[in-house]
Amino acid sequence: MTTPTLLPDGEPRAGGLRHGRPKYLEVRGLTVAFDGFVAVDNVNLDVVQGDLRFLIGPNGAGKTTIIDAITGLVPATGSVNHTGTEILGRKVHKIARLGVGRTFQTASVFENLSVLQNLDIAAGPGRKARELLRRRKGVDAAVQEALEIIGLERAADKQAGTLAHGQKQWLEIGMLLVQNSEVLLLDEPIAGMSQDERDETGQLLRRIAASRITLVIEHDMDFVREFATSVTVLAAGKVLSEGSVAQVQADKKVQDVYLGTAGMEGH
Amino acid sequence: MSTFLRSRWGVLAGFAVGAVLLLVAAPAALSVFNLALLGKFICFAIVAVGIGLAWGRGGMLTLGQGVFFGLGAYIMAMHLKLADASLFGGSGVPDFMSLYGSGEVPGWWEPFRSPVVTLLAVVLVPGLVALVLGLAVFKRRVKGAYFAILSQALAAAFAVFLIGQQATTGGSNGLSGFRSFFGFDLKDPSNKLMLYSIAAVVLLLALAAARQLMHSRFGELLVAVRDQEERVRFLGYDPATIKTVTYVIAAVMAGIAGALFVPIVGIISPADVGVIPSIAFLIGVAIGGRATLLGPVLGALSVAIAQTSLASTFPSFWVYFQGLLFVLVIGFMPGGLASLPRLVSRLKQRNTEKRSTAPASAPQVPASAAPTTATTATTVPEEASR
Repeated sequence: MTTPTLLPDGEPRAGGLRHGRPKYLEVRGLTVAFDGFVAVDNVNLDVVQGDLRFLIGPNGAGKTTIIDAITGLVPATGSVNHTGTEILGRKVHKIARLGVGRTFQTASVFENLSVLQNLDIAAGPGRKARELLRRRKGVDAAVQEALEIIGLERAADKQAGTLAHGQKQWLEIGMLLVQNSEVLLLDEPIAGMSQDERDETGQLLRRIAASRITLVIEHDMDFVREFATSVTVLAAGKVLSEGSVAQVQADKKVQDVYLGTAGMEGH
Repeated sequence: MSTFLRSRWGVLAGFAVGAVLLLVAAPAALSVFNLALLGKFICFAIVAVGIGLAWGRGGMLTLGQGVFFGLGAYIMAMHLKLADASLFGGSGVPDFMSLYGSGEVPGWWEPFRSPVVTLLAVVLVPGLVALVLGLAVFKRRVKGAYFAILSQALAAAFAVFLIGQQATTGGSNGLSGFRSFFGFDLKDPSNKLMLYSIAAVVLLLALAAARQLMHSRFGELLVAVRDQEERVRFLGYDPATIKTVTYVIAAVMAGIAGALFVPIVGIISPADVGVIPSIAFLIGVAIGGRATLLGPVLGALSVAIAQTSLASTFPSFWVYFQGLLFVLVIGFMPGGLASLPRLVSRLKQRNTEKRSTAPASAPQVPASAAPTTATTATTVPEEASR
């Protein structure tokens, strides 16, 4: 951990990295059923490192359930392969240790702990017992870098519970960064944010997605148009369409699904 | 002032004051009888330190600490009985066994003839029982009220088991009439002072250990587990391990306290380890302030002192008073008496805010009015039951 590199240069782009051996998340035949109701139906999904993939779709399309299944929260069948490692069927904390991190629609930071403590805990699953029993001295380099990336250096000692809504979401993203997650699964990170906060979050996503496998659930089409490098459309638990924002918008099937609702062209 | 108290020197000074109060002032000021009484309360306070960790910091409502207290106590009592029997009887068989049993020492008593085995067992047996229990319970994600009921049931079962073993554990009479402690005469006042001093030193050590744990990374993690157990999982930790470790530490503290209780008080019986004493341990912690370092200790000491003084004047009233106090604290002061200064300053602040802002403004509700309970509701969805 000499020079932390939470933020290598570069911009995300459709299809991800074109050099070396990019990491990937390969979802095959993912199916989640609750008491006979099929919430996610035989979904195939590939996200490559360096791609900023957005997952969109009407309410109840199964977007969050896909993330829940990948992270082990709900039982699922099929296969989820993270760069050669099958992760489906493992325990939640084991999947997290394999570099798959997520956020929640409702920011769930540790409200009674400071921002710094939140990040320190996120950075720590690999720590040995001896380190755990000692007092935290100083700030880990990665934690310090994450604080700067998410713009919360000044709030480092504030109780996380007192942060503004947007700051809590950024803290969650910061926790994913220090956790060393290679796969970032973000569930509506900008819900409830002001326009300024949305823009900042979008910039933040573009900066961190260049070197990671990023899947973002989002409803706001303006935000998707502005920041996505690729989009997967989900409807009724199935993948409806996939491609660039323009491709997806031009897709007749997608237009049909969105017809009558707020609409892809709306906003 | 408050920054000094939190600094390293402040903490050392605090411990020094505590040591002087407990080890110099109290023995000088109190009679032999009252000192023994204080020694007994200190044993309860040691249990309270463990409960403060497990419940206050870890969110585990340990309603059955009497089990671990009892394990430590009975192990020590068995050793003292055996030692007395060899020293004074010659036969090597404790008196009550000849009265109620076959007059032979059962096999599982034998290891406790050895002082070394006894001292090890006082620590290891409660620790191991808590380890097995903790893994079984927490890996299965039993928590909240279910964990509390389970630990309480265990305390009840333990007491019932002891009562049923008249010939080997003394039944409901328990074990009593100890005359020596590792070769020291228990009637000698100077030895009583020594026992009291050991208890006081153990309390200080338990406090030091608890403080180190609370301020370590482990302590931060424990609070995280208490507030958002499911979220911790997504960071790559297994909350069951963290909870089990804490539970074991609390159990070991209770076991040591039990072992000290026996020579100081001179008796251990099922009435000291069952459901009611288990709840009593908890009440002191709740009243004092479960999430703080000193709250549980001061709470346990004051409840025990109040019980002794009030129970002798109004014997039937005490239980109701205790229950009422518990309800009031849980209902209106979830942080315990330790949160009183904070509540007062917050009220003051609110009053000044009201005065400074226009009367038309909506009343300000502090975001964290109940810091320990308000955040226990997880925002992370519970894992679907399988």
